[in-house]
Amino acid sequence: MNDELAIRARGLSKHFGDLRAVDHLDLDVPKASIYGFLGPNGSGKSTTIRMLCGLLTPTEGTADVLGYHVPDQSNELKPRIGYMTQKFSLFGDMTVVENLQFISEIYSVPAANRKPRIDELLEKYDLTGQYKQFVRTMSGGQKQRLALACAVLHHPDLLLLDEPTSAVDPQSRRDFWANLFRLAEGGTTILVSTHYMDEAERCHRLAILDHGVKVADGAPQELQDSTGMNIVEVLADNPYQAQSVIKQIPVVASVTQLGIRLRVLIPESVGDALDLVNRNLRQQNITAETRIAHATLEDVFVAVTLKPEQRAA
Amino acid sequence: MKSLSRLMAVTRKEVRQLRRDRLTFAMIFGMPLMQILMFGYAINTDVRNLKTAVADEANTHLSREFIAQVGETQVADVRHRVDSVADLEELLRTGDVSIGISIPPDFDRRVVDPNRAAAHILVDGSDPTVLGVANQLRNMPVAFDSNRREQEPSAIEVRPYYNPERRTPVNIVPGLMGVILTMTMMIFTAVAIVREREHGNLELLINTPVTSAELMIGKILPYIAIGLVQLALILAIGDLLFDVPVRGSVLDLYVAASFFIAANLALGLFVSTMVSTQFQAMQATFFLMMPSILLSGFMFPFDGMPVAAQYIGEALPITHFIRLTRGIMLREASLGDMPFALIYLGSFAFVAMTAAALRFSKRLD
Repeated sequence: MNDELAIRARGLSKHFGDLRAVDHLDLDVPKASIYGFLGPNGSGKSTTIRMLCGLLTPTEGTADVLGYHVPDQSNELKPRIGYMTQKFSLFGDMTVVENLQFISEIYSVPAANRKPRIDELLEKYDLTGQYKQFVRTMSGGQKQRLALACAVLHHPDLLLLDEPTSAVDPQSRRDFWANLFRLAEGGTTILVSTHYMDEAERCHRLAILDHGVKVADGAPQELQDSTGMNIVEVLADNPYQAQSVIKQIPVVASVTQLGIRLRVLIPESVGDALDLVNRNLRQQNITAETRIAHATLEDVFVAVTLKPEQRAA
Repeated sequence: MKSLSRLMAVTRKEVRQLRRDRLTFAMIFGMPLMQILMFGYAINTDVRNLKTAVADEANTHLSREFIAQVGETQVADVRHRVDSVADLEELLRTGDVSIGISIPPDFDRRVVDPNRAAAHILVDGSDPTVLGVANQLRNMPVAFDSNRREQEPSAIEVRPYYNPERRTPVNIVPGLMGVILTMTMMIFTAVAIVREREHGNLELLINTPVTSAELMIGKILPYIAIGLVQLALILAIGDLLFDVPVRGSVLDLYVAASFFIAANLALGLFVSTMVSTQFQAMQATFFLMMPSILLSGFMFPFDGMPVAAQYIGEALPITHFIRLTRGIMLREASLGDMPFALIYLGSFAFVAMTAAALRFSKRLD
């Protein structure tokens, strides 16, 4: 086990009957970093996280988490990880402070440390005003902050967050991420799954999952620099018409409309992508502004989830 | 030490949630109250005042005296007088009466003829209880000489021990304790784990250091206390309203109840590991409730059941508990007199609890 890695998985697979939910996943998560899982629903993000904390037994492959082999040593692992479920899972008929108290007892936080720790968390996660409120009456953002507070209460070395921000507004998401950065700076390793591109961009490293397969892995900037695609942005008066023309070009890997602009992905092997698009638009008498653009994470996502024949051109 | 404090944390949480769940809380006390009133007042196997019609075709001094005597027995309540047997049959068929007494025109002559029945009693035999009660009318003496009305002493005398007044509540209440405890304990625990699964709490819990056994035992502890409170409630109402005695030791009764409650809670937990929704949990407990009521000896005497049904009855914890409660409360027996029943309850609780903890895996697959 590498001392620099919090999680090391090799060939991790999970099959549900004929479905390969996770297929030979290799994973290296460095310590004290925020590692993102990006992928659509059903891409195997939750299944992977559940295997890593020992909730699911892998069909194949091995995983070492914080030096423990899962799932055999998951009992030893449990006290050292914090887990935030996709669905809110705290007790709605108990108050904020009662939930925190229960979690602190379950994790055997020494009695003398409980109250100071809970007060600290209430303060840190802006829940002081809600401490006597029943959890089921709280807003999505408040619930999420409480869930995070409960997940970190026992100072875990590794935090597993399964789509933590799917039910909250953008401001709450920003605050939430500020908290995550603070935790990572404090030495906590964080594995977070998401299907939001802007969140994925904030991670130190990122794995993109598609149908249970890891299709890309690296720092977001690295991934954006190595899509293997030229991206042409097209600003046309009639985007729909322009789109149908561009789609006819055989080598074009993908066309996506964003408002009145089109983003066209063309493999680098094709050569002058801008010229190719301009030529085709002129032939059909379509006026449009075109320029080469930088790849966004969304482009990366589109590029790596393409079928092989589209990518090869 | 850590294990104990985690267990207590689960228990405290359970109590806290229970206190806030008003409906459940009301059920804990409402259910025993309602059932004991219902069973205590409504169910009575010692039937009296059956609706009766008489067709007195003789209409003699003797026949009128006979009818008056029938009324005095309190078994029959003569409400209709009709002219013929056909009319009696009609009333029976429509359900207006349960008993029809037919007195033929030659009643007086038949009374002195030992070979012929003086009168006929037609009974609605579709209800065996009514039939049994009507049979008592057979023993009515009919004779011209009123001095001979005193019946000669029978060779065999039946002495009803333990419940000489033949009051039904005395029989029902000890059994009802078993039924109420089975119902509440099993429903609450069967739902307990499933509710957390449905609310998503379980995924959080199984990711914490809490073990299956801590979670299971922590969850049932509050219900054991609730069961004992219910028991006290039933005993108090039984004593106040129905004068049901506790002739044996109350301590013995509580020990027996503790074992029985543990057995039911363990069974409920086991059920909750088998099902995935609260609705399924309720269905499963009702599935187990029916044999508990019907085959346990609570409603019908155990000896009258077919052997196969007796085997099922023997497997149910409630059967053994009812034997214990009837023994302790009515026959002044002690636990030592019925060791097997207690051993069975203890073993049942242990086996069901182990099965539940084994089945409740801290994994999702």
